Amino acid sequence: MNIYLPIAEMSVNIFLILGMGVGVGMLSGIFGVGGGFLMTPLLIFIGVPSPVAVGTEANQIVASSVSGVLAHWRRGNVDFKMGGVLLAGGIIGSTFGVWLFALLRTLGQVDLVIKLSYVVFLGIVGGLMMLESVRAMVRTKSGSVATLRKLHEHNWLHGLPFKMRFHRSKLYISAILPLSVGVLVGILSAIMGVGGGFVMVPAMIYLLGMPTSVVVGTSLFQIIFVTANATFLQSYLNQTVDVLLAVLLLVGGVVGAQIGTRVGANLRGEQLRGLLAAMVLAVCVKLLFDLVLEPDDLYSISLPGGH
Amino acid sequence: MRPRLAASLTRVVTLAVLAALIGLCRPETARAEPLVADLSDHLIAITTGFTGAELLLFGSIERNGQVIVVVHGPRTDVTVRRKDRIAGVWVNTEEMVLSGSPAFYHVAMTEGATERLPAPVLSRHEIGPENVRVEPPADAAPEDIARFRAALIRNKQNQGLYASAPGQIEMRGERLFRTNVTFPVNVPIGTYVIETLLVHNGEVVSAQTTPLFVSKIGAGAEVFRLANEYPALHGLAAIAIAVFAGLGANWVFRKLGSA
Repeated sequence: MNIYLPIAEMSVNIFLILGMGVGVGMLSGIFGVGGGFLMTPLLIFIGVPSPVAVGTEANQIVASSVSGVLAHWRRGNVDFKMGGVLLAGGIIGSTFGVWLFALLRTLGQVDLVIKLSYVVFLGIVGGLMMLESVRAMVRTKSGSVATLRKLHEHNWLHGLPFKMRFHRSKLYISAILPLSVGVLVGILSAIMGVGGGFVMVPAMIYLLGMPTSVVVGTSLFQIIFVTANATFLQSYLNQTVDVLLAVLLLVGGVVGAQIGTRVGANLRGEQLRGLLAAMVLAVCVKLLFDLVLEPDDLYSISLPGGH
Repeated sequence: MRPRLAASLTRVVTLAVLAALIGLCRPETARAEPLVADLSDHLIAITTGFTGAELLLFGSIERNGQVIVVVHGPRTDVTVRRKDRIAGVWVNTEEMVLSGSPAFYHVAMTEGATERLPAPVLSRHEIGPENVRVEPPADAAPEDIARFRAALIRNKQNQGLYASAPGQIEMRGERLFRTNVTFPVNVPIGTYVIETLLVHNGEVVSAQTTPLFVSKIGAGAEVFRLANEYPALHGLAAIAIAVFAGLGANWVFRKLGSA
């Protein structure tokens, strides 16, 4: 059954989109990631124009983060003060990101920048995760006990001004740190159509030194607002948010996430991470090939202002 | 939604009636006219279930000759870009804006209709994709224009928006002709002009133009209009839908989980 998407201006099979929603939703349920970094490239692979894929995916992430944050909120795992500072940075970053996106579009470089950002970030994150999980598997095999790394170390970052106390995270650090993490992730969410959890979560743990228990809830909390800002601005400046596509994706996504959470509970941690890393790297390699292989036609066309 | 839907339907109907009137009032369609042509439908409605359309173009000729049909979509500006390899990655480097190219182009003819037509006539009536008219920038070099023009046509052909080879017009007896025109799912919206030509001995002896409207109709059309005319409102609505969907999903699964 085909359905015509009014903004993407293409006809897609409704079951393909629902299936993609379920599939990526399952992964996000299993691994506890947003899934935007897999869904946006998938949408581009099936022929959705990349600006529409990015704008629409931001919209879908609003829904999945709202749904996800409630569970963490009930358990008290959201640091609202930290979330607020990250959010202030996120709003600055995503506003700048959408503006940059519109500029790149007029320059004809938006496709390139989206794909390059994906290759770089998926490559780094996937590579690190793969390394980490392989190391963990080797350790389990050899039977040696892993030495716990000290999470919180004092270095020059703690000498920065504007110190703030974050009770829930048990931190007393400069507000500049979370603010700049927020700005960086905001830019990514606007340009890549992702929530940015896959960059934010490691940054919160290793850079800010937040306790793992509040990291996911807090990142989801601020992702809601950053992706909402990106959705609004993408719609306002670029008219690239396809609500119909977003609704189809999120219907599949919420169902998939519920299945995934149940499946994930029965799988082993390091194998899981290894699997996710392999998937992330596969998407990265596919996008890299798109960039380096000679295209069938060196010339491409686009309507000015359109997609 | 309702009154707006009604309003857009009224608009479409008005357009269709106008189109019919324009067709009726044309002097060419008077009784002794050598060429009469019409379409099976003057409106292509892009609804939520739209997967493309096929129209029948038919007519009759009152004297000997051959028939050519040229379908022009609405004229738009198109940016053509060329990629080059920079540091191993293919990057858009050159670009040219070609103005006034038809968003859709199709041509059909009876066997050998163009054989004796001189090049200026082919070019004037844009017969064949190689004769599609575009306006290049004033300062562009001729060889660049040729390159980018060819790229535009090639890309449009790959998207299924320009005919790669002329379609066939079938004759029924001596006087009646018919041809099918297929519009793909990505057909651009706007006003189309369909030009039917009667040629004889290397000359166009009669011509008739018929309008065709391609519009988005229904809920999808309203969404598209909202997104383009009230982008701020559309953005807020998109966020509201997402927030409620998220709350709804959470509520449903909490109920399911506790049940």
